[in-house]
Amino acid sequence: MTSKPPRPYVNPYVGGALLGVVLFLSFYITGNGLGASGAIGHVQVAILNLFVPEHVDRVAYFAEVGGGSRNALDNAGVFMLLGTFLGGMISGIANRRFRVETRRGPHITNRARWAYALLGGAVMGYGARLARGCTSGQALSGGAVLSVGSFAFMFAVFGGGYALAYFVRRLWN
Amino acid sequence: MAPFNLAPLAGTLAYDLVFLLIGVGFGAALEVSGFGDSRKLAAQFYLREMTVLKVMFTGIVVAAVLIFLSSALGLLDFSHVWVNPTYLVPGIVGGLIMGVGFIVGGFCPGTSLVAASTLKLDGVFFVLGVFGGVYAFGETVQSFEPFFQSTFLGRFTVPDWLGLPYGVVVVLLVLMALVMFWGAEIAEAYFGAGTSWKDIPLVPRSRARIAGGGTLVALAVATAVLGQPTVEDRWGWVASEGDRQLGEREIFVDPAEVVDLKKDFTLKVDVLDVRGEADFNQFHLSGARRIEPGDARDPAFVRTLLGASENTIVFVVSNGEAVATQAWKDLRAQGVLNLYVIEGGIDGWLDRYQPSPCVAQKLSGETGGERLAWRFVAAVGDRNPSAHPDRARKEYVPACALATDATGTGYDPVHEAGHGAAPTYTKRVRLQKKTVTKGGCG
Repeated sequence: MTSKPPRPYVNPYVGGALLGVVLFLSFYITGNGLGASGAIGHVQVAILNLFVPEHVDRVAYFAEVGGGSRNALDNAGVFMLLGTFLGGMISGIANRRFRVETRRGPHITNRARWAYALLGGAVMGYGARLARGCTSGQALSGGAVLSVGSFAFMFAVFGGGYALAYFVRRLWN
Repeated sequence: MAPFNLAPLAGTLAYDLVFLLIGVGFGAALEVSGFGDSRKLAAQFYLREMTVLKVMFTGIVVAAVLIFLSSALGLLDFSHVWVNPTYLVPGIVGGLIMGVGFIVGGFCPGTSLVAASTLKLDGVFFVLGVFGGVYAFGETVQSFEPFFQSTFLGRFTVPDWLGLPYGVVVVLLVLMALVMFWGAEIAEAYFGAGTSWKDIPLVPRSRARIAGGGTLVALAVATAVLGQPTVEDRWGWVASEGDRQLGEREIFVDPAEVVDLKKDFTLKVDVLDVRGEADFNQFHLSGARRIEPGDARDPAFVRTLLGASENTIVFVVSNGEAVATQAWKDLRAQGVLNLYVIEGGIDGWLDRYQPSPCVAQKLSGETGGERLAWRFVAAVGDRNPSAHPDRARKEYVPACALATDATGTGYDPVHEAGHGAAPTYTKRVRLQKKTVTKGGCG
């Protein structure tokens, strides 16, 4: 089984159409779009609450999510997050892409890739909260309902990426 | 009608399962598109592979066409669909920061999750990083709160901005996406496959692509031709429930209840006065805003009401009840929640909280109509105790003093007249939670 090569990814337009249908169903059924970073915030507060509950109560931004008797995990987005994880895993297993590996550019080591992933993730997490949503919650969901802010955000993400891409080309090329 | 109000289900397994299943679809769609592979994502920024752009824009366009087509067909009430509120500058700055994180880390939060779920170690590290970044934001946001809350434009869509109908904007969006896909194919051929310029076909040849693009354009044009539902169409959807509410007088609220609600600090009472300017100047309730009856059909105005905070209760008032009831129907049809009419209108209010006889006299035989049944000796506006019976009474007000009560003296006709108990009424206002409380990601 594992020796077989992974199946190829689907045509991006087909994948995009699938994504569009899921997004539409999300809006149609719940009135809400898709997302990930908001729920990550909830999980983060829940973890923090295990160690320093009094700190969660003191910082307004955390208290709003999980202060006092509030359960930070009692949130629809957390279930969506869990579902996203499961959906990725199911699809990965079905298409023989479920295996331990590190995807990186040819000129850096695995360790370097991990360090940059950690750094990039931190920057991304910070930016996502500042922008009130990540690529899925703002760009994708907001774009589909034609929110002005979401389109401005989308162009900013691509702008930021393209502006820096040349300087970090060693990471990927 | 969709979207369904899932609020009553909250806390049940079914509710959680709905979101879980949507998430599964989301995760699977990302994974099969190759979004679990950081190299594929990063290649977007070197123009070798435009998968990110293709998948994202196909997703946006397909969802937008389906959303606005179902809205045009009356299957989906768009006013109850969550639209990410626009905070322009923080959004742009956050986006730029995320662009940096994207090219350095190789993922965005959703895709890193999918990568981690298929055991990609770079994805696992990225997810850990996101946790750190989200935590750091929570710790530091207090130091720049005013910036974080700045340039707030509320529920603001591209059609609102351009002043074009939704269907037309959807057509434009589809066309824009198709042009971008065309450019993306050329870029991939040139930068990715290394094809020389003269060998790159400028006319798309794939029949499937032409058919797909054509279908999207056709559906978008159909959306534009059908047009989004008018206020009348929308009233049609809710007419049976709305007429029942009117028939049973469920939405007509006793003035005394309005007074009590205004005293409640946890609520925001918004009184919309739909009378003419002359009547409004003669007398209006304290804090009331005057609007033209036509404003109830003005999308820009209705948007402000739809974007109001959850604890807002809106009252419509006219001299009688007829004009206010029409405005109520218009606003109700457009999805404004927690919306009521003040029972008996301004005339009824003045009967209850009577101004002193030297300020205003009641005209005989005028009650119940849409002409103000009281004649004021001067345009007192809200500078009269009758306009704010909710304020605490501090001192005795001479009976004929005009415009001397702005310091907070009150009016209590029942006690003043020695009638005994405060007015009793049937409570009608029930604070309804909005169907849409928060965006998935927000």
